[in-house]
Amino acid sequence: MTGPGDRSGTDAGQGATAPSGGFRKGAFGVSGSGDTSGFGGLVRVEPGGAVALHSTDRPYGGWFDEVTDALIEAVGEATYAAAVSRVLVDRGEITYFVAREHLLTLVQALRDDDALRFELCSSVSGVDYEGSGGPAATPGRPRLHVVYHLTSMTYRRRIRLEVAVTVEDPHVPSVASVYPTADWHERETYDMFGVVFDGHPALTRILMPDDWDGHPQRKDYPLGGVPVEYHGATVPPPDTRRSYR
Amino acid sequence: MTTTHDPYAGSRETTEGRVYTVTGGDWDQAFGGDLTGEERLVVNMGPQHPSTHGVLRLVLDLEGETVTKARVVIGYLHTGIEKNVEYRNWTQGTTFVTRMDYLSPLYNETAYCLAVEKLLGIEAPLRAQTIRVLVMEINRIASHLVGLATGGMELGALTGMTNGFRERELCLDLLEEITGLRMNHAYVRPGGVAQDLPPGAVESIREWLTVMPERLAGYHKLLTGQPIWQRRLKDVGYLDVTGCLALGVTGPVLRAAGLPWDLRRTEPYLGYQDYDFEVPTADTSDAWGRYLVRMAEMFESLTIVRQALDRLEPGPVMVEDRKIAWPAQLSLGADGMGNSLEHVRHIMGTSMEALIHHFKLVTEGFRVPAGQVYVPVESPRGELGYHVVSDGGTRPFRVHVRDPSFVNLQATAAMSEGGMIADVIAAIASIDPVMGGVDR
Repeated sequence: MTGPGDRSGTDAGQGATAPSGGFRKGAFGVSGSGDTSGFGGLVRVEPGGAVALHSTDRPYGGWFDEVTDALIEAVGEATYAAAVSRVLVDRGEITYFVAREHLLTLVQALRDDDALRFELCSSVSGVDYEGSGGPAATPGRPRLHVVYHLTSMTYRRRIRLEVAVTVEDPHVPSVASVYPTADWHERETYDMFGVVFDGHPALTRILMPDDWDGHPQRKDYPLGGVPVEYHGATVPPPDTRRSYR
Repeated sequence: MTTTHDPYAGSRETTEGRVYTVTGGDWDQAFGGDLTGEERLVVNMGPQHPSTHGVLRLVLDLEGETVTKARVVIGYLHTGIEKNVEYRNWTQGTTFVTRMDYLSPLYNETAYCLAVEKLLGIEAPLRAQTIRVLVMEINRIASHLVGLATGGMELGALTGMTNGFRERELCLDLLEEITGLRMNHAYVRPGGVAQDLPPGAVESIREWLTVMPERLAGYHKLLTGQPIWQRRLKDVGYLDVTGCLALGVTGPVLRAAGLPWDLRRTEPYLGYQDYDFEVPTADTSDAWGRYLVRMAEMFESLTIVRQALDRLEPGPVMVEDRKIAWPAQLSLGADGMGNSLEHVRHIMGTSMEALIHHFKLVTEGFRVPAGQVYVPVESPRGELGYHVVSDGGTRPFRVHVRDPSFVNLQATAAMSEGGMIADVIAAIASIDPVMGGVDR
């Protein structure tokens, strides 16, 4: 079975040998096929990707250093060191990987400090890294990520905060007290990924019906479906279809 | 169990309390003395209601006609597009995202493609960028016209509605001529656009440009000076800059509060920095200001379309990289848009390599290096952001859409609590949410 739902299995199997990031080679997910189309060459191992356990060393370049320094000054060096486990600069965007205990301290400083002024919380969303070959491929690694996109209208800058939690303990403090706009974003992330935002004013489902089971955008959520017979051939349900990886 | 015999409102005691069966008539009699002067009434409005701007459900707490609490319930149009995209290849993604905010499909496509291009580290050719700007601005006018038309209908200005849809049809005719479809175009693709402007399109746009200013000015005659229209909108749905920022509200609502925040200006993309246009603002922070801002923006879009036409230089509309560029060609035949027979002849008859490329790209798709990006564009409703994550495969690992309708709709309570129930309609119409984008 090589359906999309099965990605995790493949990755777990390759876990020991795959390079960091676990990228597949070859067309149709096979290797050594003598594929001469050149498409195999498209498989680029990019350690800089968000799914890789990679961090950028200082200087980050551009205004990234300025913001980072201002943030360190605002929250104090000790808190920063405890809060930010790594920083990734990739494709002109900066991502701070934040420990959930310090998230509120950080966003409060990011919003209020004169040198930072991230007034607008553009977006809060979730990513389930199950089976990505990245962080989740290592057992015990938190696979549910909550991603915050903050915008500074004063300085016209954008940064990204990322908090990772495990499925067993999916608790993240709510930032709705700092950014009221996060209310619905967090409800959606809860609805779709099952991340529980502690301190949210009313954490209920928002897009799915109230009595829905499960969290649909998790990677291991079953797609369902039944085999469909058509003119003697059978189309398998989505979970078991062959797919290109 | 006791039953009182009232011809209009019989009541009986149950374990849950007193239950009334109201058959019409006098409310005072129905609740007389029982509720000690409290006139709290909870009204469920929608999701199927002609004035809620789509399948939006409002739960309103009323004291008389005053709204004391407004709760917004969404999700009635949730179609799981974000999840679906994860099971299609990168190019097929455009056909899904275009269906989110169905009144601004080209913005969805462009923002998505800009995100994919950022992940790939490529940039669309100049002509493709100009065409994107061109179709997006036509789309903005069409979208604002629908916002105006449906908003007018909800407030009882039915001529505003018929006129709005009439002029919008002119915009959609243009988009149909360019992309082949009125809506849900799937025209913008990663790496460029699906096809070049068809012959005659530039002339059609120029002709449209001569007609539209006069048509749009007609709305000023029809609505702007009209006392009823003014009184329905002025001081209604008030939300100042502080409120907007706290609630994440962007777009015309924010600009009507006085902040000239327009991503085309503040974080230019697709060469917007080279276009000469104004960012209209108002300082009233109410529905009236939002109406004026949208009106002014339509005129600005006309000037951008005019400039885009002048900037069109001959050239490719898709990146040169044959490992990314969509190989299938379309052509306009006697029976409409369809496969290009010339292209089919080429891949089936003359070039094995072309056939392989076609097959691989169409069935498997190209791979996108792992990483994540967030790309915002200024849609007619505000900041439309695409957070796209790739794990290095041929399909998006995660696509999250920060839809402006979704975020702006949160302001409903702040705009309408404490006001009259009739003003709730005006406030929501002034946000102009599109439920396809809200629920995705």
